[in-house]
Amino acid sequence: MNMLLKNAHVIDPANNIDETLDVRIKGDLISETGKNLELQGEEMYDLSGLWLTPGLIDMHVHLREPGGTAKETIETGTAAARAGGFTSVCCMANTNPVVDNVNTLTYVNAIAQIKANTNVFPVAAVTKNLEGKEITNMHQLMQNGAVAFSDDGKPISNTKVLRYALHYSSMFDVPIISHCEDSYLFEGGIMNEGYYSTLFGMQGIPYVSESIAVARELELLRFIGGRIHFAHITTARSIELIRRAKNEGLNVTCETAPHYFTLTDEVLKDYETCYKVNPPLKSEEDRLAVIEGLVDGTIDVIATDHAPHTTDEKALDMNQAPFGMVGLETAVGLVLTKLVHSGIMTPAKAIACMSCNPASVVKINRGSLSAGSIADLSIINPELEWIVDSSEFKSRARNTPFEGFKLKGKAVATIRNGCIDYDSTNFHSHIAKNLV
Amino acid sequence: MSNLNWTRKHIVDIESLSVEEILTIMETTDSFFNLLQQPVSKVPLLEGKVVLLLFYENSTRTSCSFELAAKNLGAEVVKISVATSAVKKGETLADTVDNLVAMGTDAVVIRHSASGIHHQLIRALRKEITVMNAGDGNHEHPSQALLDFHTMRRYLGDIKDKKITIAGDILHSRVARSNIHLLNKFGADVHVVGPSTLLPMGIEEMGVTRHYCLDEAIKDSDLIMMLRIQLERQKGGIFPSIGEYNKLWGLTDLKIKKNAKPGCYIMHPGPMNRGVEIASDVADNPEYSIILDQVTSGVAVRMALLSLTLTGGGLVHEHAA
Repeated sequence: MNMLLKNAHVIDPANNIDETLDVRIKGDLISETGKNLELQGEEMYDLSGLWLTPGLIDMHVHLREPGGTAKETIETGTAAARAGGFTSVCCMANTNPVVDNVNTLTYVNAIAQIKANTNVFPVAAVTKNLEGKEITNMHQLMQNGAVAFSDDGKPISNTKVLRYALHYSSMFDVPIISHCEDSYLFEGGIMNEGYYSTLFGMQGIPYVSESIAVARELELLRFIGGRIHFAHITTARSIELIRRAKNEGLNVTCETAPHYFTLTDEVLKDYETCYKVNPPLKSEEDRLAVIEGLVDGTIDVIATDHAPHTTDEKALDMNQAPFGMVGLETAVGLVLTKLVHSGIMTPAKAIACMSCNPASVVKINRGSLSAGSIADLSIINPELEWIVDSSEFKSRARNTPFEGFKLKGKAVATIRNGCIDYDSTNFHSHIAKNLV
Repeated sequence: MSNLNWTRKHIVDIESLSVEEILTIMETTDSFFNLLQQPVSKVPLLEGKVVLLLFYENSTRTSCSFELAAKNLGAEVVKISVATSAVKKGETLADTVDNLVAMGTDAVVIRHSASGIHHQLIRALRKEITVMNAGDGNHEHPSQALLDFHTMRRYLGDIKDKKITIAGDILHSRVARSNIHLLNKFGADVHVVGPSTLLPMGIEEMGVTRHYCLDEAIKDSDLIMMLRIQLERQKGGIFPSIGEYNKLWGLTDLKIKKNAKPGCYIMHPGPMNRGVEIASDVADNPEYSIILDQVTSGVAVRMALLSLTLTGGGLVHEHAA
């Protein structure tokens, strides 16, 4: 579809663009970006007051299909993603069966082809059945669309297996996404270990469970090469280790999630299972370190680790309830409210963490508005104030810790492959009329 | 007895109780304690009420104490054995309790291995009934701390500035947490001692002094509260052996005589591991062991808690005064 998007605040960090411009889309590609573009017979929309960004990418979601469709499906998970402003997601392999073979991967691709509401870039397992023993057929999985490898949900505790995985994957320049956790230190824990776990009487998980794994994996990376992307980084020490590794030139990237720069372990005081998440919410000091890591670029990516669970599962007690929280439909609001409107990050830097940065980690041809790029775009109203109401979620799951949060900034529409894909404010008819 | 003004419906923790509420509980407990010394110790305050005991963890004295307390007040008592209940078949706690409420229960006393389960349950219940915590995970055991406090008041009077030492496995102890909250509310000087691996991170921030050496911790103590060491913890490797534990943290008459303040009292919530955390010459010493007094106070405290939460206090005043 051909369209001309006028007067948008275009934020395209890959091209250092951050100003009011027009964007022309021809067919499924970006045609040009510039000032005062002339109408060439296409449909024209006025996006005054709105941000126009590359289609946002969430490189860490759990769509739960196959095997966990009571929690989420590819259809509902990507509907949530789209409503949250994302046009692409990377889905993790810890489904049932695990995406550790071409057949299951093909199944995911096929369902995505028919049902998905965003682009779906699957992440395949590093080891067969996530057992941490034998590496998967990485080359064949990549040929069938896997963009990265991860046993997310579980660490690869056997360092020798991780060595093989890193070394083997280095031939294909594909990242291993590390669920960095020491499983012995983690075992039986519910929340971050510290004053609050002591006060609330819940078994603690020490923060070194994460940073020890980070240190170990960085040493392996230095030794054998390859590429590591650390998932859900949450602690000051991990960030410091990654910062140093980057300064030394190691091939490492990392991500954090909105809950880690928004919440701390103190919230577990009410024994609400929606706060039970892995890695656990950390201290205020760690929260500030996460923000610092985002500001100085140590943390490359903001991903949601969208982890849907059924209401029944989350109604269990603190010991039995599963870890995880949904995040797709609150991420943009949290990033804008907590990082951008608060003056901590520029809009361009924040958008980079959700567009060109993840695109370069998983090497997908998305995340920029360069002429000739695929026309995936997100439209964000940065000033829109709204209250999180999980009953309105497109996700099947309701396990959000942000119920009732007042946020400022919301994705209002997405364009994918040059088509208006999602349009919550009906800008399609409304704004076109304004211009006529 | 002062005028009772009681509005709280549930007893889930000590942390949220005010000093005034605790004092009201103590005054009410005093009345029942005196009553229990009489030949006929029943008072029909809760006649027609049904109190349910739901214990997901083993218990002898707490469940028995609650049962006697409820029966002394004239309530019907139903005990659920979790081993044979629907819980083992995957029913959630809220469903279990909703069903029991539908049968006409007025109060439910629950012990459970998950910390915070009572907070969750109160939010989830369809019809509000009194929920009482008989121990949740490693979090709190409020009726135990209240009976400990009642016993302490009998022997020490005002506990302000009294040095009280809690010894043993603080990490896994809900008794310790409830007592720390309570003792600090009343201005005691609280010390904890045990192996470093059993003293949780940040415990000082709860308002206690941390020790590893028992002699040092009990020096000039007015009261020592021993905690049960769960023998299976040793298998997890958190301390090396029962023998070494006993050598370093086992309380003996000799250690008391050498270090504690003359007239120092010894408490233990039970069940005791004799010869591990506490020697028999301490546990059975009539000079300072007030362990069985704790048990007696326990029934009176639980009568106070049940009657206050189920009647709002007015009737309690009338009958117990």
